[in-house]
Amino acid sequence: MEQTVNIYLFGKKYEVPENLTIMTAMEYAGYQLVRGCGCRNGFCGACATIYRIKGDRELHACLACQTKVEDNMYIATLPFFPLIKQVYDIEKVPVNQQVMMQLYPEIYACVGCNACTKACTQGLNVMQYIAYAQRGDFAACADESFDCVMCGVCSSRCPAGISHPQVAMLARRINGKYILPSCDHLDKRVEEINNGAFNDLIADLMQKPVEELKELYNKREIEK
Amino acid sequence: MYSEKFKAALDAVAAKRDENTAYEPKRMTADEKDALLKKYHPDYRVDKFETLKVGKNKGEKVPTELAAMLQAHSRIAGKQIPLDTPDYDVDVLIIGGGGAGASAAIEADKAGAKVMVVTKLRMGDANTMMAEGGIQAADKPNDSPAIHFVDAYGGGHFAAKRELLSKLVCEAPEAIKWLSELGVEFDKAPDGTMITTHGGGTSRKRMHAAKDYSGAEIMRTLRDEVLNRGITVVDFTAAVELLLDENGAAAGAVLMNMETKELLIARAKTVILATGGAGRMHYQGFPTSNHYGATADGLVLAYRAGAKLLYADTLQYHPTGAAFPEQILGALVTEKVRSLGAKLVNKNGDVFVHPLETRDVCAASIIRECDDRGLGVETGNGFGVWLDTPMIEKIGGAGTIEKRIPAMMRMFGKYGIDIRVEPILVYPTLHYQNGGVDITADTMTGVTNLFAAGEVVGGIHGRNRLMGNSLLDIIVFGRNAGRNAAAKAAAVKQGGLTLDHVTEFEKQLKDGGVETDLCSPKLLPDYTREVRS
Repeated sequence: MEQTVNIYLFGKKYEVPENLTIMTAMEYAGYQLVRGCGCRNGFCGACATIYRIKGDRELHACLACQTKVEDNMYIATLPFFPLIKQVYDIEKVPVNQQVMMQLYPEIYACVGCNACTKACTQGLNVMQYIAYAQRGDFAACADESFDCVMCGVCSSRCPAGISHPQVAMLARRINGKYILPSCDHLDKRVEEINNGAFNDLIADLMQKPVEELKELYNKREIEK
Repeated sequence: MYSEKFKAALDAVAAKRDENTAYEPKRMTADEKDALLKKYHPDYRVDKFETLKVGKNKGEKVPTELAAMLQAHSRIAGKQIPLDTPDYDVDVLIIGGGGAGASAAIEADKAGAKVMVVTKLRMGDANTMMAEGGIQAADKPNDSPAIHFVDAYGGGHFAAKRELLSKLVCEAPEAIKWLSELGVEFDKAPDGTMITTHGGGTSRKRMHAAKDYSGAEIMRTLRDEVLNRGITVVDFTAAVELLLDENGAAAGAVLMNMETKELLIARAKTVILATGGAGRMHYQGFPTSNHYGATADGLVLAYRAGAKLLYADTLQYHPTGAAFPEQILGALVTEKVRSLGAKLVNKNGDVFVHPLETRDVCAASIIRECDDRGLGVETGNGFGVWLDTPMIEKIGGAGTIEKRIPAMMRMFGKYGIDIRVEPILVYPTLHYQNGGVDITADTMTGVTNLFAAGEVVGGIHGRNRLMGNSLLDIIVFGRNAGRNAAAKAAAVKQGGLTLDHVTEFEKQLKDGGVETDLCSPKLLPDYTREVRS
């Protein structure tokens, strides 16, 4: 007989097998999910969920697909959170803290409560990456926020109304485009291709009999 | 956390770790691979396939579960749907909000077309988001598009459409450059050199990555750009049928709000199908690494409208799906784990295959180990083999795992398994639809003005895809489809809309003797436990 636990979905009690995740427990209870379910593997942030264990004051946040049920868990999903995403032209943004002041001035109203960090479903130091954004250190902000799945739980807890995931998104794009070193071998290869440097080689492969291609493939040298 | 019952097997792996780390297993010959695949690869299990009775691929075999969807009734069969007052009227309608759809949207918008993306879940809810390992491009001095071509063509068993594959490899460096310029953070050395690794079946290290969030990093950047451009995105809305004009050209789609079930009509001058894959069809009962919405919708829509499919009988089973703990059964363990040096080891602690054979060969080897040879490890949900992750730190030094594959460390860490010091259990998982809708080099399907890009397409990779060529294909062909569909839209004279092809298909089902109660497309898998109602 499999072990079961009692959970409370939006306050209503269900008895479910203890080895389920919150997501599969909802399906076990009879829900057909449309919202609040995405990649089911912890990458997409669709299934942000908050819960409390009965008798415990602390509010927890997690991804429903990545978290096992526990006895006396009070669960509410957060399938959508109204983040503010500012529109900008990546070709024209200033690469300094001006851009943050223009687009996301509320980050300067951070009160340092650290509720965002405590709530992060990925265990990121959210308040720290916002601090980096405040001073225009996009590389550090990008690095610290890299594993963000943009579930929005941090923002739901923020007294200053900051949309942390969108701030980090902007920082990462600026970092990727303007701050990471440019890549010479890539530029060179694109130019070679545009100049037709490989046209003959490719044309030759296009018309080669399959037997010859098999020979080429089976005898190719593999880089160590 | 591993319970006591795994102790003996864990000890066996640890005891041979040093020896195994240094050991270079030999690669199989072409004949050995053929024999292995025929005996153990799921694509060769004839009893799991069914011959189609209707449509352009009549007489060909496809997975039983897919046949049931391709030969099911339309969701709108018998309904009277007024088509003369469309709810949306655009130049280019893009169905699907993953990497291919987003790339197409950006390029079509850039070309000046009025674009609309419809997606049945949210923008970015797609297999793209879950691609971990990387994206191939021959941009190093010791590499070339021609070498990339040979690797992919051979890896795909010499079955790829060469005009598609040559486009893929020749436009790969440009795709990386485009992504970099949009702000995708590729792993680079301080001098800007791309940090690249091998994937299974590559002969050069051309796998570019953004840690092990490569697809997520690409997807969130593309999504951000789509939103910056103000492109219309209609989410939680599925396409349930294509609309044609009187001449049989694609001219829009019937849409369904996933929450309210309201039907809506979108009229368009051209349509791009970017609906992705089929892992959630769970062919042959396999678990899957795929997104919740991967249910082969695009194949169904295109097939009913008269398009032809190519290689719909070949699926990719990723060799390393998580086999333990059961909460993450089937979840992808990126091939990058093997690129970085981890080897596959059986219950006796012996390496049984070169870790960088192609995916189909690795998957078949694991099945053989667990099947006839009886050398798999019992997991409680079946069998698996070890993927010895601690080897990575022996080769690359302490800290390599946290730096290069943080998502894997997190995924197992949540269940008390520290992959830096303990190996993990893996078994093949349904990962990718190798086949799909047949397209020409200009990305058009057999239906005029119906374009396709991404996993829904078949033929680019032949009968097996190499790691890192899928993220590449969604970018290259997504962009091409966007540009081509926008250009074509400018010249299209729209006629009246019709659903006659749906009526005609229903007739074919009847004439072909297909008896079914099912409707398609499937849209979402049904994981709800049956409760009395």
